[in-house]
Amino acid sequence: MTVAEPHTTLRLNVNGISHTVEVPDRRLLSDVLRHDLGLTGTHVGCEHGVCGACTVRFDGAPVRSCLVFAASAQGHEITTVEGIGRDPEHPSDVQQAFIDCHGLQCGFCTPGFITTIDAFLDENPNPSEDEAREAVSGNLCRCTGYQNIVEP
Amino acid sequence: MKPSPFTMHRPTTLDEALELLRAYGAKGKVIAGGQSLVPVLNMRLAAPEHLIDITALTGLDGISVAEGSVEVGALVTHRRLERSPEARAAQPLLRAALGCVAHPAIRNRGTTVGSLAHADPNGEMPAILALTGGWVTARGDSGERRIGWEDFNVGPLETSLEPHELLTSATFPALAPGQRGGFKELTRRTGDYALAGVGMILTIENETMTGLRASFVSVTDMPVVVDLGEAVAGVPVAAADSAAPAVAAAVEACVDPVGDIHATADYRRRLAGVLAGRLLEELAQPPAGSAQPRDSLAPAEGAA
Repeated sequence: MTVAEPHTTLRLNVNGISHTVEVPDRRLLSDVLRHDLGLTGTHVGCEHGVCGACTVRFDGAPVRSCLVFAASAQGHEITTVEGIGRDPEHPSDVQQAFIDCHGLQCGFCTPGFITTIDAFLDENPNPSEDEAREAVSGNLCRCTGYQNIVEP
Repeated sequence: MKPSPFTMHRPTTLDEALELLRAYGAKGKVIAGGQSLVPVLNMRLAAPEHLIDITALTGLDGISVAEGSVEVGALVTHRRLERSPEARAAQPLLRAALGCVAHPAIRNRGTTVGSLAHADPNGEMPAILALTGGWVTARGDSGERRIGWEDFNVGPLETSLEPHELLTSATFPALAPGQRGGFKELTRRTGDYALAGVGMILTIENETMTGLRASFVSVTDMPVVVDLGEAVAGVPVAAADSAAPAVAAAVEACVDPVGDIHATADYRRRLAGVLAGRLLEELAQPPAGSAQPRDSLAPAEGAA
């Protein structure tokens, strides 16, 4: 016998747009963003908070979307990598810098870096190299060795 | 890596939360920031039938510094507490240790009180609550009760909180005049769990060390406070480095860590001693300003 698992209708504010979705209570914010809203820019790596690929801005602050249930995101403003920069033709300064400085290779970790760095530079527009390294210490990148991401 | 099914409850008042706990507490878990709980659920190490999300409650997000202590509401994130100048001035150990709690993105969501409730021996904040002689405040069926750190921690990942109770705050006593506090840990990678960590409060009278106590992270299976006063008593602060080997030896004699894939028991014991000796030397350095209590030491040695 299968029992239908609990679902709830949620209203989520993502990139300035209000969405209504009906999802299982256990659905992670990362999965709602990708599966229910089609915002596949948020990448899912480790699903236990280590890799940083799923990082989104949660009321402005970088947060792991794989460690937040979608239900708990109600009433908060979520910004994904799609909400940073106007559109693919007009990337933000951080996104353009990643392109110009070869800050990525495979690109899997990049959305998490962009959201993390976008929030960091809002708070600290002129960081030292140490501060920059500390800011991205929670994001894993297996291609660049970080040098091109951190380089001034 | 998805949690098993559960019913999510999202109360908006404390009474509603307590009612839900009465009904579901035994089969459920309270979730605040969830930065330790969600990995546990994602890996299915636990499968509660109900989750009670307290993040929509109001009135639990205050930091109040008064009467010689710092009281931290259940919804205060690590990051907010880390950045509170008042909390830092009253109890510098808070900031020193919070800077070592995982990564900034985890601290943005994780709560300090939640980390105490999780009671992980690898967590920094249970050790700091113990070292400062702090307590937690819980609300439940029989009203409010205050639980001292010694009674709160009953085992690894285990507390004396009843299923119908909710932690509403934690209180960390401030440093007294003449006391200095610091924290140090070693991690394999920035932001990882510590291989070993040590927090210390050093008491100084007339430029002479008169007391020293310590607590540990990833070294003891639950928080303990060790009195190391004998190893430093009567030694001038200026000669603290001469007491460091005795402090290290005293620590190594009294801790009994377990080995795991990351470090053997012997290595952890040695590391705890070495970190304690180094931390003593750092605490004995003349304070940068003349203000007492001394400002926090920067988290060091691979701390996040």
